[in-house]
Amino acid sequence: MTAGDPDPQTTREAVRRLVLAGASVVELGFPYSDPIADGPVIQASYTRALSKKPSMETLLSLCSSMKDDSLIQPVPRLGMLSYSLIHRRGPEKFVQDAASSGLSGLIVPDLPVEESIELRSLCAKSGIDLILLVTPTTPRDRALRILEACSGFVYCVSITGITGERSELPASLIDQLGWLRDQTNLPLCVGFGVSRPDQVAMLRTHVDGVIVGSALVRHLERIPSEGMNAALDSIEALARSLCSAVNP
Amino acid sequence: MSAAVSMVPDKAGRFGPFGGRYVPETLVAALDQLTQAYEQAIADPRFHAEFEFHLKSFVGRPNPLYFASRLTAQAGGARIFFKREDLNHTGAHKINNSIGQVLLARRMGKPRIIAETGAGQHGVATATACALFGLPCTVYMGEEDVRRQKLNVFKMQSMGTKVHPVTTGSRTLRDAINEAMRDWMATVESTHYVLGSVVGPHPFPRIVRDFQSVIGKETRAQCLDQLGRLPDVVIACVGGGSNAAGMFFPFVDDPSVRLIGVEAGGRANDPGQHAATLSFGKPGVLHGTMSYVLQDEDGQTADVHSVSAGLDYPGVGPEHSYWRDSGRVEYTACDDSSALESFYLCSRMEGILPALETAHAIKEAMRIAASRPHGDIVVVCLSGRGDKDCYEIARLSGQDLETASVH
Repeated sequence: MTAGDPDPQTTREAVRRLVLAGASVVELGFPYSDPIADGPVIQASYTRALSKKPSMETLLSLCSSMKDDSLIQPVPRLGMLSYSLIHRRGPEKFVQDAASSGLSGLIVPDLPVEESIELRSLCAKSGIDLILLVTPTTPRDRALRILEACSGFVYCVSITGITGERSELPASLIDQLGWLRDQTNLPLCVGFGVSRPDQVAMLRTHVDGVIVGSALVRHLERIPSEGMNAALDSIEALARSLCSAVNP
Repeated sequence: MSAAVSMVPDKAGRFGPFGGRYVPETLVAALDQLTQAYEQAIADPRFHAEFEFHLKSFVGRPNPLYFASRLTAQAGGARIFFKREDLNHTGAHKINNSIGQVLLARRMGKPRIIAETGAGQHGVATATACALFGLPCTVYMGEEDVRRQKLNVFKMQSMGTKVHPVTTGSRTLRDAINEAMRDWMATVESTHYVLGSVVGPHPFPRIVRDFQSVIGKETRAQCLDQLGRLPDVVIACVGGGSNAAGMFFPFVDDPSVRLIGVEAGGRANDPGQHAATLSFGKPGVLHGTMSYVLQDEDGQTADVHSVSAGLDYPGVGPEHSYWRDSGRVEYTACDDSSALESFYLCSRMEGILPALETAHAIKEAMRIAASRPHGDIVVVCLSGRGDKDCYEIARLSGQDLETASVH
């Protein structure tokens, strides 16, 4: 879920619905003006969130409010954001704020392993995970260095491209997941391009988790025409069908 | 100033604290491949010979170092010279880099080219290089720039390039870069992204600077040959900063040469009204590199404005940030109306219609020349010709070229 799309209250309600549907981890995307790794759905969501000009303080207090919500609290929340935002606040301050807002980990999609040394040690000091990404274009020797630096789980990018729904996942994905499984004890979670229960069913025996973003966030586009409850109901229904495909 | 100024970037693409690589993991392998291909190319005399051949026979290099005698008289001080990048094929310095990078793409066996463009000059230059070598090309261009630069859109399309209007964000250069990066994320195995300025992740700032350094190398040799010495001041406009980087780099180890970069001062000094990143920005991360950036207090990229479509960029090349902080290059700004004035002045006094980007640098050259003795030499990088800007300048002057008649 994008934090603040279209406003913090809705985000919190959407997260409650995801928890009710059975989500085991919730990823909160911090909106950024120039998201190069994201497809049109997430970008539009960021644009909607940013149109209200939420400050970083507002987004962090949204995270804090989930820590105080007894339904959401047991389910770990992760922050997903551009290093541009982290750098501007100061990595040390940001990591402290993230930890005290109840986030269990960070995903920083534009911070490759070489540039991640400082943030990694700050995260370790604050007791939160820095989740790194492995993609289909990552050479195997490089993947080994990423696995060594990664904590929490490994974010396995399914496709070469940006976030967003895809009708097909590449067959080579299963091979790569098998290889990764042999190299690490960290849980493997697949994201990018996953939107349907049948894709989840195909992946379930190969992975420990499936990450779905655009397919859920897309429903928030309908709030102006159909109202908030209809959008949240759709999100909950999709999340429920995805979760039951994980544990049929 | 020690010789070490030119010894950048390091292996990680760092210019002091600036530069580096802040990109999605998907792009890292392609950037590594590009770095390796570039290292091999510059160690290969055949690559240099091929690059130089095309610069000479296709681009028309070397272009002249021209004495602007009437502007010199008007300023009433130091002699002003123009390095005539406007006389290159396609009318600007951008072609130097496009030829170099398309040659690299061929070496890497990548059959498709993409590029971003602001004013359209880099798009036209890349479309031209792709036509020359028979490669398919897609250029991303903000919708606002498509409106301002119709002629360049027509030129690109005529050469077989697909122009993709970008409708997200501010619909200008910055959004065009975002879209080009997204395309590259999905097509990286078969596509080379010809980035047009000294911005973006390592190794682009270095590659673009090196290909553009032909400007400064020729200027340096021409000064020694025609004038018997190095210039006293060298001035160039800075958006992302490619013509300036190419002009300045061969002079950075010459402590007697004062280097001045001129950014877009826009309408005013308030946020959103200018694009003077090095005057008003702070270090931050944008488009894969650490450099000065115009951002709000949370790190969201600020809106920018310039009369010139080639200068309205909220970031700047990391090497410029390094030169700024080390004090090797001074950076200043020229506002919209001074740039327009300077466009008309140069057109009337020298018979040269400069690009609006270039007009920013000419304004500063007039100011600097006026304060120095006649024996001094001020060189301006005349980065491009103004044909592309005529419609926009006419519009701003209250004329409509579609319906205009001669009085």
